[in-house]
Amino acid sequence: MPESVQLQVYRYRPERDPEPSWETFEVPLHSEWMILDALNYIKDHLDGTLSYRWACRMGVCGSCGMMVNGQPVLTCATYLESLLPGPIRVEPLQGFPIIRDLVGDITDFLEKLTRVKPWIVRAEEKPLADGEYLQTPEQLAEYKQYSMCINCMLCYSACPIYALDPEFIGPAAIALAQRYNMDSRDQADQERLDVLSQHDGIWACTFVGECSAVCPKDVDPAGAIQRYKVTATADWFKSLLLPWAKR
Amino acid sequence: MRRSREPFLWALFSGGGMISALFLPALILLLWVAHPLGWADVASYDQLAGWVGNPLVRLVLFGFITLFLFHWAHRFRYTLYDGLQLYHLNELIAVITYGLATVMTLVTAYVLWVYN
Amino acid sequence: MGKALNPHYKTYHPRWYRPRMPIFWWLRTLPYVKFITRELTSFAVGYAAILLVIQARALGQGEEAYSRFSSWLQSPPVVWLHIVVLLVVLFHTVTWLNLAPKALVVRVKGRRVPDVVVLLSHYTAWLVVSGLIAWRLLG
Repeated sequence: MPESVQLQVYRYRPERDPEPSWETFEVPLHSEWMILDALNYIKDHLDGTLSYRWACRMGVCGSCGMMVNGQPVLTCATYLESLLPGPIRVEPLQGFPIIRDLVGDITDFLEKLTRVKPWIVRAEEKPLADGEYLQTPEQLAEYKQYSMCINCMLCYSACPIYALDPEFIGPAAIALAQRYNMDSRDQADQERLDVLSQHDGIWACTFVGECSAVCPKDVDPAGAIQRYKVTATADWFKSLLLPWAKR
Repeated sequence: MRRSREPFLWALFSGGGMISALFLPALILLLWVAHPLGWADVASYDQLAGWVGNPLVRLVLFGFITLFLFHWAHRFRYTLYDGLQLYHLNELIAVITYGLATVMTLVTAYVLWVYN
Repeated sequence: MGKALNPHYKTYHPRWYRPRMPIFWWLRTLPYVKFITRELTSFAVGYAAILLVIQARALGQGEEAYSRFSSWLQSPPVVWLHIVVLLVVLFHTVTWLNLAPKALVVRVKGRRVPDVVVLLSHYTAWLVVSGLIAWRLLG
């Protein structure tokens, strides 16, 4: 195994650069090091001005997503060794405006996430005296996969539709909407349908499927979206043919 | 917010996709490859003409062909949006694709209606 | 955040860098190439629809018209075209059926029907339909 590896890191400093550029760093190669460790080494020893996001360093917070050799990955979960011989290209996530270096603006995602109401919505709340909402293991199994989302936005980066049309609500938002739609305690599926059965909601998706391919938590947003298309279509026909039926 | 009319178009696309996936390979293989190449003896003119004469067969044929046309229209519409980044021509593309499909559907209806 | 009419307008943050997607983005990775190929199979489906109408018309116009259609079908460039159309339609069928388990999630008695069962039932349906077509056309 070689002693070191080269990282080609995307730099963008808006106060001095009109355009982004690339900077190459030589980083020691350890078998247990992730890309994140290499970035931390650069910041600690080579260039303290490098800006990037990270937190838990163990793949649960969703902060450290970046494009590595053109693929959206969690940098805390990607071994340097797996990308030899290098140089390894590190860029900010695709589809998001770049604030500085490897930091993208995720406000758009956060706004879209809020739009789908990712929380339990009840028509009427049970009084406290009645106790908890009970849920069988089967009921939990219905939505559990979609609850694994860590909001890392790798799916948004992999999705060409989101890069082409920033109005698209995106894979994670729809998967999280499904997580609540399928939760037996929730009663807001009609409200979410109003938000999502729109031109820039689920219907902009053309099932490229890359979102599910890159998801580090196997949430399978592509599956969630296709199932939602079926649900939305069935609901549309029901409201057309049986307008009096309570849905 | 009023819900989009996309579900109807997606239903046509989806139906067309499923029917074409299940029926077209065998049809194309037999009618347009095997038979012209002499690999297989496909039904004679009289048999085929007789089947298409059956109004039920023509109805099913009309349904299938319509679905195939709208499957193409919907998929090509999105291919143009995404592949060539033509979102700003939204309405124009929708009119052209679904318009062409509609015109062809009417032609199909005419051909099958006057069939003798 | 307001919806900008001009997609290049940098609302509130003029210095944030917004790279454009290249026009040939769909050639950049293998998954994207596979995706666009899959989408373009719709042309084979549309073509088949039109040719079916033409064939029906020829059938309706009498034996002479139909034999002209048949000879056209037999000419080598047309045969080659139809072999290509067949391959494209097969790609459509396989990609479509393979994605069916993603869209059709059925629960029976509280448990999710395994994806492989949904997949196999779709392929079985394809086999049955093809068998029926072969039986009727060749019989």
